[in-house]
Amino acid sequence: MSILVNKDTKLIVQGFTGSQGTLHSEQSIEYGTNIVGGVTPGKGGMEHLGKPVFNSVDEAVEELDPNASIIFVPAKFCKESIIESAEAGIKLIVCITEGIPTLDMLEVKKIIDDLGVRLIGPNCPGVITPGEAKLGIMPGNIHKPGSIGIISRSGTLTYEAVKQTTDLGFGQSSCVGIGGDPIPGSSFIDMLKLFEDDDQTEAIVLVGEIGGNAEEAAAEYIKNNVTKPVISYIAGQTAPAGKRMGHAGAIIAGGKGTAKDKIEKLKECGVHIADNLVSIGSKVAEVLQR
Amino acid sequence: MNLHEYQGKALFAEYNLPVSKGKIIYSADEVTDACNEIGGTSWVVKAQVHAGGRGKSGGVQLINTPEDGIKFAEKWLGNNLVTYQTDAKGQPVNSILIEECTNISQELYLSAVIDRDSQKIVFIGSSEGGVNIEDVAKNMPEKIIYQGVVYGDKSLPDSALNIAKVLKLNDIQTNQFISMIDNLLRLFVEKDLSLLEINPLVITDSGDLLCLDAKVNIDSNALFRQPELLEMYDETQEDPQEAEAAKNDLSYVSLDGNIGCMVNGAGLAMGTMDTIKFYGGNPANFLDVGGTATQERVAKAFKIILEDPDVKVVLVNIFGGIVRCDLIAKGIIAAIKEVEVKIPVVVRLEGNSADKGSKILSKADIKIDSINDLADAAKKAVELAK
Repeated sequence: MSILVNKDTKLIVQGFTGSQGTLHSEQSIEYGTNIVGGVTPGKGGMEHLGKPVFNSVDEAVEELDPNASIIFVPAKFCKESIIESAEAGIKLIVCITEGIPTLDMLEVKKIIDDLGVRLIGPNCPGVITPGEAKLGIMPGNIHKPGSIGIISRSGTLTYEAVKQTTDLGFGQSSCVGIGGDPIPGSSFIDMLKLFEDDDQTEAIVLVGEIGGNAEEAAAEYIKNNVTKPVISYIAGQTAPAGKRMGHAGAIIAGGKGTAKDKIEKLKECGVHIADNLVSIGSKVAEVLQR
Repeated sequence: MNLHEYQGKALFAEYNLPVSKGKIIYSADEVTDACNEIGGTSWVVKAQVHAGGRGKSGGVQLINTPEDGIKFAEKWLGNNLVTYQTDAKGQPVNSILIEECTNISQELYLSAVIDRDSQKIVFIGSSEGGVNIEDVAKNMPEKIIYQGVVYGDKSLPDSALNIAKVLKLNDIQTNQFISMIDNLLRLFVEKDLSLLEINPLVITDSGDLLCLDAKVNIDSNALFRQPELLEMYDETQEDPQEAEAAKNDLSYVSLDGNIGCMVNGAGLAMGTMDTIKFYGGNPANFLDVGGTATQERVAKAFKIILEDPDVKVVLVNIFGGIVRCDLIAKGIIAAIKEVEVKIPVVVRLEGNSADKGSKILSKADIKIDSINDLADAAKKAVELAK
C-alpha cells in the first residue's frame, strides 16, 4: 500500500507541451509513471512524448479516463486550470506552480472542497510513491520503496528527509509536498490521516517551517488520532520576525508562527523532534530502535 | 509589497471610503501652497515611510502655520526616520503628507487579513484604537472581534453589524460602517490585498467615521494583474540588497551574522541557516538561488552576498534535484572567477551527480572546500568565520 498514487494512477499533464511540463513529464515517464496524455489549449490533436494532446481536460477525460492530473501552467492561469480539472471529474490534482495569488486559492479551495477533490500544492514538489509513480519534480533516484511516510511544506527539505531515510535503509511508503503557500490545497492533517490508515507506513516524518499554525494544528491532531510515531523537523529557527523567507507562507507575523512555539507544541503532543536538519534520519532510527 | 499611507488613502478615496483632505509634497517649497489649498488654520504633517510608530518618533506633527510645516519638511525630507518598527538606521523620508486637522472624539481599530485557518478574509475590529492591537489582544481580548466574510456573500451587512456592535457605534455611524465594510471588501478583493489596517479609524467630533491612517499590503504574487499598484513600489524603503535580489528574481533577506548562505529552495535555505546556528555560527543572510542555479544566477547571488561587508565565508548548499550537480559545480567555479570572490567558499553538493560535482570542485584551480556532508560543511564554515 501507499497513499494517493500508485502503479494504477492514470495521469494527465496540464501544461504538457511547455518547457517545465515536458522536462518533468519525461522524467516521470522514465520513472515508470503512467502518463496517458496531456492538455495544452490550442495544441489538441498533436502528439507529445508519444502521448496524445487535448485542448481541454474535458476532452482528455472522455478519451483517456484518467484519475489524476498534474499542473505545470503559469501562475496566472492556474486558478482556471485547477477548476477546469476539478469540474471535469478528476479527483486528484497536483499543482506544482509557484506564485498563485492568495485570493485565487481562496476561490479554488472552496470549489474543490465542494466537489470533493483532493488538491496537493500549489507551490510544491508533488507526490511520489517510490517504485510506482512520480507525480512531481522530485529526483526519483534518491527514493526507495519502504516504510516511512514523509509530509513537507518545502521541496528541497523533503529531499533531505528522503535522502537520509534512504541512506539508513528505511525507504519511503509515499512522500507528499503540500507546498509553501498560505492556503494549500491539502493540509498536514489530511496527509496524517492517510498515512495513519496506510499499512505500509510505519512512521511519519513531518517537515514544517515557520509561519501560520499548520504545525500546531497537526500536533493537536496527532495527539488525538495518530498511533504511529511521528518525527518532525521545523525549519526557520533563526528566521527574523516580519520577513517573508522565500515561501509566501513562511513569515512570522505579530510574534506568531515561530519555530520555537511549533516545536514546543509538537513535543507536548508526543512528536519526536529532530533538532537539526542533518539528524532527521538518525532520529527516525532512534525512534524505531533500529 | 507595502504602500505608503498617502497611496493607501488614494485607494481608499477611489473606493468611497472617508479620508481627510490632504496633499503629498516632496520639497519644503510646496508646503505653503499645499496648506492654502487644503484650507483651515491648522494641519497635520506626516512623514511617509514604510513603518509604524511614526507619531512617537517625531514623524507626525500638528502645525498651526505653514512656516512650522516648512521647518518640519526641512528637518525630515532626505533624512531617515527611526521608529520601533525600523532598524537602527531607520527609513528614508522622501515625501510628507499634509492633511487637514481632524477633531477626534474617539479612536477605533479596523483591519482585514486573509486568515489561513478559516480560509476566509477576516475583519478584525476593536473599540480600542490608536494603540498596538497585539497589546489589546493580549490584555483586553473581549474588546476585539474577528469576523470572517465571504466575498459576494449576502450576509455581509450582518457581519458589519456584528463588528459595529463591538465598536459601540450609534445608528448613523452603523449605517456608514456597513457601506464602509462593503467598500473595504471590494477594495481588498479587486486590488489583491494581503493586509489592510486602519489604526485609528476615528469618530470625529461631528460624529462621522474617518480613516485617519491607512496601512495596505499587496499580495506580491498578484502584481502581474495590478500594474497601477506596481507603479507605487518605492524601492527606497527596501533593504538595497533585498531590492537588488528581487530584481534578479532571487529571494534574499539580510541578517546580522557573518556566514553568507547560498541555497536552492526556501525551506533548505532556512534549514541551512539553522544548521549554521546549531554549530555555533551566525548566518549573514537567507538566500534562495532557485531550482536552476545556473552560472548567471550563482554569480548574481555571490555579488549580492558580498555586498555585505561582514561576510567572512560563503556556504553554498545545493541539493541537486532535476539539475545535475556537475553542471552546478562548473557554474559555481565560473561564478567565483567572474565575481572575483576573495573570501573562503565552502560548497556542499548533494543529490543528482553529486560525486561528479565534488570531483570537479576539488580539481578546480581556485580553492573551494567541497564537503558533501552538510554537518561537516556547516562546521567548516563556522570555523572559517571565526
